[in-house]
Amino acid sequence: MELPTQKLVHTFGALADLGQEITDSSDVSEMVRTSLHLLLGALGIRGGAILEHMADGQVLKLVAARGIDEGFPEPLHIDDAARVALLNAGLSALSPERLTTDKPDLCALLEECKNAAGTFGIQLFVPMVVRGELVGAVLLGGKATGESFTGEECDIIFSMVRHIGVGIHTHRLLEQLEQRAEENRRLYEDLRTIYRQTVRAFAAAIDIKDKYTQGHSERVGKYSEIIAREMGWAEEEVEGIAIAGYLHDIGKLVVERDIINAPYRIDAKQSSELNRHPAAGFEILSPIHHPYTDIPLMAKYHHERLDGRGYPDGLTDKQIPLGAKIVSLADSFDAMTTDRPYKTRRSLEDVIVDFRFNTGKQFDCEVVIAFCRALLKEINGESKERRILKMLGKNYVEAEKIIPLLSELISELDCIQISSAASSV
Amino acid sequence: MAEPASLFVRSRCVGTAAVIYASDYLNKLSGERIERECKRQLECGCQTLVIDFRGTELVNSIGVSILLGVIDVAEKSGAQLIFSDVNTETIQLFEMLGLTRHVALAKDEDEALTLLNEFAAPPQSFGH
Repeated sequence: MELPTQKLVHTFGALADLGQEITDSSDVSEMVRTSLHLLLGALGIRGGAILEHMADGQVLKLVAARGIDEGFPEPLHIDDAARVALLNAGLSALSPERLTTDKPDLCALLEECKNAAGTFGIQLFVPMVVRGELVGAVLLGGKATGESFTGEECDIIFSMVRHIGVGIHTHRLLEQLEQRAEENRRLYEDLRTIYRQTVRAFAAAIDIKDKYTQGHSERVGKYSEIIAREMGWAEEEVEGIAIAGYLHDIGKLVVERDIINAPYRIDAKQSSELNRHPAAGFEILSPIHHPYTDIPLMAKYHHERLDGRGYPDGLTDKQIPLGAKIVSLADSFDAMTTDRPYKTRRSLEDVIVDFRFNTGKQFDCEVVIAFCRALLKEINGESKERRILKMLGKNYVEAEKIIPLLSELISELDCIQISSAASSV
Repeated sequence: MAEPASLFVRSRCVGTAAVIYASDYLNKLSGERIERECKRQLECGCQTLVIDFRGTELVNSIGVSILLGVIDVAEKSGAQLIFSDVNTETIQLFEMLGLTRHVALAKDEDEALTLLNEFAAPPQSFGH
């Protein structure tokens, strides 16, 4: 007998709701619970349960139930023969009453379900098989009408059970994907940590070669990071510029130690030898696949000047990458504020005077402003950390002298920038 | 944190009977609230439950499943269950799915309560 129209409409509504639930729900247990409601409500079935076949392959675990007795065995153990029998049965309704001869391998399992299924008993046991994999099974009690299931109703049940099986299978795949993605994230983080540690080790190796500038590379990395962050760079770019700062002098590894450590002003020949280090650094860093862009270029151009009098290529303003301009200022600032073999460090007032004089010639205006702002924030206590002050050491910064100088320089450079921008328009 | 008032099911007690008012659309959220309220009333010793559907326009499959659960719980508790003020479409649905074999129907809440006093026997269909 064909299903009456009203029943068809009601069943289609349930199928549509089931599809939406399976697609939209991110909570698998909620999805399964709602799916069982929809299956039972579609055909007026008085009770039922959804069992999930667990990954170890030996148990069916109850994941949703309506009207099933509390004493239902959980989990249901299945042996290999029963598992194979369920796989072979595929999407078909197995009636516990008729199994003794049809499916002897499933007798014990179904008998266990039948005994535990409560007052209305189990009329159907439907395995959920998706792509040849046993996902679970659905147990169904009788209909509220007291009638037997028709062939068409069984077809509706198979269709809905298949939907539920696909939903569970898909959620499992998503969980596996998320686990793998999480593992990959962890591996990637580990690799980044190793990379950072390696870079720091390199920086230490560079600085060990120069006994007068120990810690220089690390400080340049930190100053560069502070400037980039003040300039509003994205966090990943900030990490990149820090790495560039750590490695900017890596080319010194190929320069003779005597030249690097000369306790006097070096001559022209030695100077030429020393000036090889940016290009040498580029050669060393280029073959490495860095997780950040342009690190070799930042090392190569950290001695370029805006006025074209720098080296190795004598680039001018726009030709110099912004990262290299940042590393350049960080490098110069550290050179001026640390003792060298042939001169003691300069006062911070002198350094600010140098900044004012050389902005636009050696240093980029925007970079100088960013550095001065970061320093001013630290002196004024507006920064969470006092990283620059810590690197400069105690008693070096005289706040009452420095604050007005920095403020004045910032506003002066701001004006220059504004007028420069206006004239370019 | 307490549930907002709108999430509560409206109900009232009349002697040993409890009247529970269903919402306009009986779906999972509202259905589960009704189921919880029915169980609570039965645990409190209520012998008769009237679920009033005067505000209910539509019952979906989840709603049917939940009502079957309420029927199951009521039967196990030995309590009588009456659905009142059910619209024609929903009655047809309940008849088609066999719910009316297990629950009595009344024209409205008053009729349900009156008939409850008259009949102590197992549920049967009234009105409609």
